[in-house]
Amino acid sequence: MADRKLPTVPFKGLRTGMWLTLKTLFKKPVTVNYPLEKETPVPRARGVIALDPEACTVCMLCARECPDWCIYIEGHKEEQPPAKEGGRVRTRATLDRFDIDYALCMYCGICVEVCPFDALFWSPDYEYSEFGISEMMHDKQRLTYWLSRVPDPPALETS
Amino acid sequence: MNFWLLLLIKVGLILGVMLPGALVIIFGELKISAHMQSRMGPYFAGGRWGWAQPLADGLKFMQKEDLVPADADATVYKLAPYVVLMGTLATFVIIPFGPDLVARDLDLGIFYLLAVSSLSTLGVLMAGWSSANKYSLIGGLRAAAQLIAYELPLVLAVIGVAIQAGSLSLSEMVTAQASWQWFDGLPTWINGFVSPYMILQIVGLTIFLVASLAELSRIPFDMPIAESELTMGYLTEYSGLRFTMFFLGEYAGMVSMAAIAATLFMGGYWFPFVSDDVLNVLGPVILVSKVMLIAFLFIWIRWTFPRLREDQLQTIAWKWLVPAGLANIVVTAFFKVVF
Repeated sequence: MADRKLPTVPFKGLRTGMWLTLKTLFKKPVTVNYPLEKETPVPRARGVIALDPEACTVCMLCARECPDWCIYIEGHKEEQPPAKEGGRVRTRATLDRFDIDYALCMYCGICVEVCPFDALFWSPDYEYSEFGISEMMHDKQRLTYWLSRVPDPPALETS
Repeated sequence: MNFWLLLLIKVGLILGVMLPGALVIIFGELKISAHMQSRMGPYFAGGRWGWAQPLADGLKFMQKEDLVPADADATVYKLAPYVVLMGTLATFVIIPFGPDLVARDLDLGIFYLLAVSSLSTLGVLMAGWSSANKYSLIGGLRAAAQLIAYELPLVLAVIGVAIQAGSLSLSEMVTAQASWQWFDGLPTWINGFVSPYMILQIVGLTIFLVASLAELSRIPFDMPIAESELTMGYLTEYSGLRFTMFFLGEYAGMVSMAAIAATLFMGGYWFPFVSDDVLNVLGPVILVSKVMLIAFLFIWIRWTFPRLREDQLQTIAWKWLVPAGLANIVVTAFFKVVF
């Protein structure tokens, strides 16, 4: 009992609480009425993952690192003519399929981090919900479209 | 006029005031609670401000299946919500809406009131017992303990008013508050201040409001329902229309408790400087606005305080409210006899 302090003013806690709720009652609610009004996300918001197919080398690192296994990649090798006359025939990996299943994705961003060729980016778009779960699978074309929404990389430091 | 016709009109009028009143309070609670938590509350139903939300909720409940658990005592189970609602609605028989606007002005009005409002306790017990569910049973037992504990301070608070008004009839209590007198023998300059009993009987009013919150099982005292401990208490097994009855009964109970508090302590239909003829027309409006004021207080308290523990509940009733109520009676009686 020694270290237990008695309140100095009776019902102070009750009054503080009542006053707080009354004050909040007359304040403007913080709710953003989503379909009617929209919040602008910060420029680097992690809304959706965009793909740059030109940069992708089908190395499969993203697909392997993905904790949810939600990235599906298929590719094949194409023979390139040798650089010099009589040289060795080169092979080049070509991307056939690059799908991300956003129904599985948990937006951890490991694929973006792990990509060694800067082929994956975060785009701030977030309005891509669907009525069917199968439509959450975004194909290469759709992922490439998101690329147009990615903000430019920050400028290089000058010094 | 024909007795049956008159009865029909009275019942219709009471239901016509009570149920829309309950709906308005439900809507008010949705909106006020939302804004107290910096939310918007219902927004789309019915257009502006989502005014049709309580109606939409009611319609939704009516579409749900009316389930009766296999082990339940079906008759009692099915009857319980109506007992609760009936007990609440019956209190409105004696609430005066104006000098002549009373369904039935009983001489023992306040006794009738307290007796009838205890009927809904019976309904709650029936629901808790007949559901064949442990949550329901514990909820029902808690409700019984709570409602018995708080019936007492409620009665004690009312006795103070009854002594001061010198009558048990609600109409005469309002008249006594309208008579501009504190106590008969006091000099006129003191008696001139007068006002409804919310000032003289402030202790009584406080006790009454706290006890009525507990009687209604609203949040600081909602242990019988306590969704985090007992799922939904005695309401656990109810669905569909019967749940709606309980729900409506809770809010109709708020209307009736607020109406009783307004009549006993805030002068009911009476308003200063308004003559009786006008009060017969304006009375209902004045009473309803007072009811809404108290209902707002109930909602405000509900969305501010967390639920008490069961022992704190009993402590408040037996250690604080009952002694305070007895002291209030002694002081009121002393002044009544001396002056």
